[in-house]
Amino acid sequence: MALSLKSVLRSGRNAVSVLQRQSFHRSAPAAVQVTVRDALNQAMDEELERDDRVFLLGEEVAQYDGAYKVSRGLWKKYGDKRIIDTPISEMGFTGIAVGAAMAGLRPICEFMTFNFSMQAIDQVINSAAKTYYMSAGLQAVPIVFRGPNGASAGVAAQHSQCFAAWYAHCPGLKVVSPWSSEDAKGLLKAAIRDDNPVVFLENELLYGVPFEMSDESQSKDFVIPIGKAKIERQGTHVTLVSHSRFVGHCLDAAAVLAKEGIECEVINLRTIRPMDVESIEASVMKTNHLVTVEGGWPQFGVGAEICARIMEGPAFNYLDAPATRVTGVDIPMPYAKILEDNSLPQIKDIIFSVKKTLNIA
Amino acid sequence: MQNMLTIITNALYRITGRNVGAQTVSELLIGLSEYVSVTFPAVPDLARTQRLPPKPPPTPTSPPVVAASTSTALLVKMPAEPLARAAASRSFANFTPQMTFDIKKCDLHGLEEGPPVKAELTREQGLQYYRTMQTVRRMELKADQLYKQKIIRGFCHLYDGQEACAVGIEAAINPTDHLITAYRAHAYTYTRGVPVKEILTELTGRKGGVSKGKGGSMHMYAPHFYGGNGIVGAQVPLGAGIALACQYQGNNQLCVTLYGDGAANQGQIFEAFNMAALWKLPCIFICENNKYGMGTPVERASASRDYYKRGDYIPGIRVDGMDVLCVREAVKFAADHCRAGKGPVVLELETYRYHGHSMSDPGVSYRTREEIQEVRLKNDPISVLKGRMLDNNMASAEELKEMDMAIRKEVEEAALFATSDAEPPLDDLCNNIFKSDTALEVRGTNPWPKLTSVS
Repeated sequence: MALSLKSVLRSGRNAVSVLQRQSFHRSAPAAVQVTVRDALNQAMDEELERDDRVFLLGEEVAQYDGAYKVSRGLWKKYGDKRIIDTPISEMGFTGIAVGAAMAGLRPICEFMTFNFSMQAIDQVINSAAKTYYMSAGLQAVPIVFRGPNGASAGVAAQHSQCFAAWYAHCPGLKVVSPWSSEDAKGLLKAAIRDDNPVVFLENELLYGVPFEMSDESQSKDFVIPIGKAKIERQGTHVTLVSHSRFVGHCLDAAAVLAKEGIECEVINLRTIRPMDVESIEASVMKTNHLVTVEGGWPQFGVGAEICARIMEGPAFNYLDAPATRVTGVDIPMPYAKILEDNSLPQIKDIIFSVKKTLNIA
Repeated sequence: MQNMLTIITNALYRITGRNVGAQTVSELLIGLSEYVSVTFPAVPDLARTQRLPPKPPPTPTSPPVVAASTSTALLVKMPAEPLARAAASRSFANFTPQMTFDIKKCDLHGLEEGPPVKAELTREQGLQYYRTMQTVRRMELKADQLYKQKIIRGFCHLYDGQEACAVGIEAAINPTDHLITAYRAHAYTYTRGVPVKEILTELTGRKGGVSKGKGGSMHMYAPHFYGGNGIVGAQVPLGAGIALACQYQGNNQLCVTLYGDGAANQGQIFEAFNMAALWKLPCIFICENNKYGMGTPVERASASRDYYKRGDYIPGIRVDGMDVLCVREAVKFAADHCRAGKGPVVLELETYRYHGHSMSDPGVSYRTREEIQEVRLKNDPISVLKGRMLDNNMASAEELKEMDMAIRKEVEEAALFATSDAEPPLDDLCNNIFKSDTALEVRGTNPWPKLTSVS
């Protein structure tokens, strides 16, 4: 597949060198374009193969190939024992998954969307997250809860909530939010191999998006460590911190701002909890300005936590302006396209916020 | 005689706050022995000099309850013999090694045949069940005492009265099977292998507790025992999941999943029933129906009080939960069913708790003292077993008394340790958040202290 200029620019590489490479028809590096969906599928396939104790359960994951086709082909390959279709009983099957994890298996529990995880949230928090602590280390719960999180397209209020802040609030959980295909694959493999409960927040709108994946990421042992952020784009004037889909929005905004001479450093959090505050601090100490970008609601959200942590740490003294949060609008998600589009951060909102933070007209 | 016992027991209760629960003169004397020195200097002499054959039981005045297979003697419930006579019949060679008892027939749902109506009991088993039930009883009463002294705090849900359930279940399953229950969990923590000392020390919140003081009453764990769960009903899907793991791993193990009459109305239980039946999980769902969900009697909580039928398409059995043999036989039957791959079974154990819901509930605002006393006198699980053993010469009152004293001593020593052990060190505050290699930084109450979590 041809490399799209947009995806190359997003990766932060200099446009000129890319164009030069293309026009001289040098043999392209052995990187491939993989959609997030396929990356997730590969991750699960490899981990199912590697460890007999790993299994997947959820609604429509087996014979339907997954509600969003993320588990396509897995049931055919691994059968009923490893890929289990459940009835529509979130609280029940989540409890079953947690119990199976307690008794020695390594389940992947899929929520068709994280909105439905609210039905089962007691099992995630009280049965999974807290148990290792309550048992003083006697009882581990090696489980992954995964599924699409946040806004989709036209699915309205009950199907569009972002749960990053809710789950990240709780000790005992790890909360991961990938953006690119490499993120998705490496972090899902890491989550499955982790002996702790991991909430893995995907995004439906990203499933079909292709990203370049490096050679390294095609290895069956490629894992991305949980708890480390990634600098997607180097910059000097302002730090943009984001997670999931809005990392792409930040990179797009950075490309536009670069034309005006404003160089944004874009940080992809990758993990919400435990948060890599050190990377943010190091960046803020370099750029002196901070803008957080997320799809979730503003109050008590991921951006709020970042701001609080920056205030409590060494980077505060390096801020030349108060930090700015760019978030979803503080309303239930409406249906009509024009309303929905204006309920979430758009690239123009990020550009506007950066300029306000930098006190540029 | 019974009236005298009741009067003295009640008087003792009012004076001391301690429920001696005396059914027999022996128990009353044991209960009194804390306050007065009660000794029987004559007894050892008798044991040495008089080796008389056991006296035949008196002619029955009420219809016989059970029939014995090996002897023609009729078994009648009667107060234990005075110590002197018991001592005289103390000759190990003369003890009945094994008896078959008639047990109550169970109500069945979706089953053609049920558990047997006869149960075999060997002397060793009888002594073991007695010892375990008595240990649980004394441990719970000790917890009651410590709670009233404010040495135990927070939640404390006591199990006395229900001992036959925990002991009967454990007698019917293997140590390699799995068990999960709700918050009234101290007895199961014990039957699943945690010593009394570690249980009491967890209740007092010290570092020697089974959960190092991190969990408390409702969060104690052991291999193949998954607690201790505080959220009503949540343990039921967990138990079905443990059963799934057994099936997945093909290890012929099963999971006993307990819940109460109050929890029986939780939706997630029906979700678990559905999946367990669909996938034929080796799960024995057991409802311990002690007639009250906190302060609400079953009549006010459940449209259907046939908890053994609540599984609908799942076979169900209603069991006399005050009879350890009945419980054992029913659970054995259910275990065979599960291990044969036939899927789950729902058991309802009809039982009773003497204490209120928890230590903050006196337990008499929603039921009468007379009701509690009646169960104590007529149906106490320990007394039922004891009566069977003594009446059939499977044990002597004296050896049971010695056992009682040994258990009492064990529980006292455990309590002494529990009250004197050190509290968990503050360094341990943040540990065991994650199972991992690397240390994790944890935020304290303010930004400055750098707390770390290791595991």
